[in-house]
Amino acid sequence: MKTLLRYARLLVLQLKMSLISGMQYRADFIPRGFISLVWLGVALIPLVSVFQARPSVAGWTYPEALVVVGWFTLLKAVLEGAISPSLTSVVEHVRKGTLDFLLVKPADAQFLVSTAKFEPWRVVDFLGSFAIFAWAFTLMGRVPKPAHVAVACGLLLVAVLVLYAFWILVVSASFWVVKVDNLSYLFGSLFDASRWPISVFRGVLWFIFTFVFPLALMTSYPAMALLGRLGPATAVAGLLGGLAFVAVARRVWLRALGFYTSASS
Amino acid sequence: MRALRQALRAYPTLLRVGFAEVVAYRAEFVVWILTTNMPFVMLAIWHAVAADGAVGRFDQSRFVAYYLGAWVVRLVTSTWVVWEMSMDIRNGSLAPRLLRPLHVLLSYSAEHLAAVPMRFLVVSPVVVLLLVSARQHLTLGEPGFLLVFLLSLVGAWMLIFFSMVLMGALAFYLESSLGLFELWLGLHAILSGYLVPLERLPGWVAHLAAYLPFRSMLAFPVETLVGLETLPRAVHDLGIQWLWVVGTALVALTVWNRGVRRFVAFGG
Repeated sequence: MKTLLRYARLLVLQLKMSLISGMQYRADFIPRGFISLVWLGVALIPLVSVFQARPSVAGWTYPEALVVVGWFTLLKAVLEGAISPSLTSVVEHVRKGTLDFLLVKPADAQFLVSTAKFEPWRVVDFLGSFAIFAWAFTLMGRVPKPAHVAVACGLLLVAVLVLYAFWILVVSASFWVVKVDNLSYLFGSLFDASRWPISVFRGVLWFIFTFVFPLALMTSYPAMALLGRLGPATAVAGLLGGLAFVAVARRVWLRALGFYTSASS
Repeated sequence: MRALRQALRAYPTLLRVGFAEVVAYRAEFVVWILTTNMPFVMLAIWHAVAADGAVGRFDQSRFVAYYLGAWVVRLVTSTWVVWEMSMDIRNGSLAPRLLRPLHVLLSYSAEHLAAVPMRFLVVSPVVVLLLVSARQHLTLGEPGFLLVFLLSLVGAWMLIFFSMVLMGALAFYLESSLGLFELWLGLHAILSGYLVPLERLPGWVAHLAAYLPFRSMLAFPVETLVGLETLPRAVHDLGIQWLWVVGTALVALTVWNRGVRRFVAFGG
């Protein structure tokens, strides 16, 4: 309990640091926000194009697919605002050997590297996702049931954990192959596919996006939960699968840390 | 004149150096290529959509032709010179490049051109797949189309290269031009036909795309390749593409020449 409290305090401190350094560049907020809006358009326009051709695709109507895009935008905000900035700097630490300074600190190294940097202006994407949800449910002419919202929030938590676990795996790779920054681009480009409902994919792509790189778990399942279409069995399987992923990632990180040999000397 | 002769003599060597670099970092090279996977995802989606009948001029096999074609054109014509330029300008490593008796932009172009053969090699399996699976749509059997297509590839490469030089040269004025580049990437994804064929976009977006240079970078070569353009139309669009190339090149060179005078390298 005491350690938990200590880590909570540490987290608040790290967040405050990021906020302060973010505020130094507050003029960036406007162009950054604008870029976020453009990328929101990039996510939406293909969707509009597809549903212009057909009223429903693979069992999803346009507003239902919009809910998936909403989750995608929300997760992207989490990924690029809270997960990837910190973990990108780990790669830099490993390459330069400055990870030493983090390892000697009296706190868990994974915790420290994962909370090192947040990008506050990603709030724009966060707000954007809520606008999309509102729009989608207006089009459907109903509001989600509280129980469905609760399940969806639970799955969101799992989704964030899985996303984080994947990033930890990518970063762990940097202990073996140093040049890993383009792996993170690969990760980002694959994540982009999660703006589509999982059932539009068939065969190999479906298998990969459900089990290997579980995009279904990240956006489609929460969306289905919010729409009240997710069966309890799938929800539980998703939950367990997600937790298993996180456990594996933690083990891999600890092993990878064993391979760290600092630089120079 | 002498400078030009010198440049011509140095160019083959520069190309060899660039090629050696690509071979040295081959794992990275392959990862970058895997990053360009969006056309395959979009193809999967449109393939599912067109399962019960054609969408406009596109049936399933034409979607296959379009997206495989888009992937190949994208990989063969893409450069990433803006990254290098803004890095070089910011951390001062532009200084040694400026000292060489060769225009800096020429040496950048050689490095990037050198990657093209390797890219051809990587895309060749997909080219074979394209030839086998969507052959009836390809126009390359006709010499007129073949010629326009090849010229349009050269034009697309140059247009992308000079747009990137322009954005990179803005790093002389702005603290970081990479934000601008990100914006460019977003616009390019939609307006170049990379994600969705331009004629399948919502009306106003398609209209916008018709007046911007992005179409000349990707959609035009691909549409020529998969038989969505008539020959006179393709020749007309080739003219427009080359006008964009010349215009962008002039602006980029002006910005570069003015910017380089402001350049101050620190340290030493």
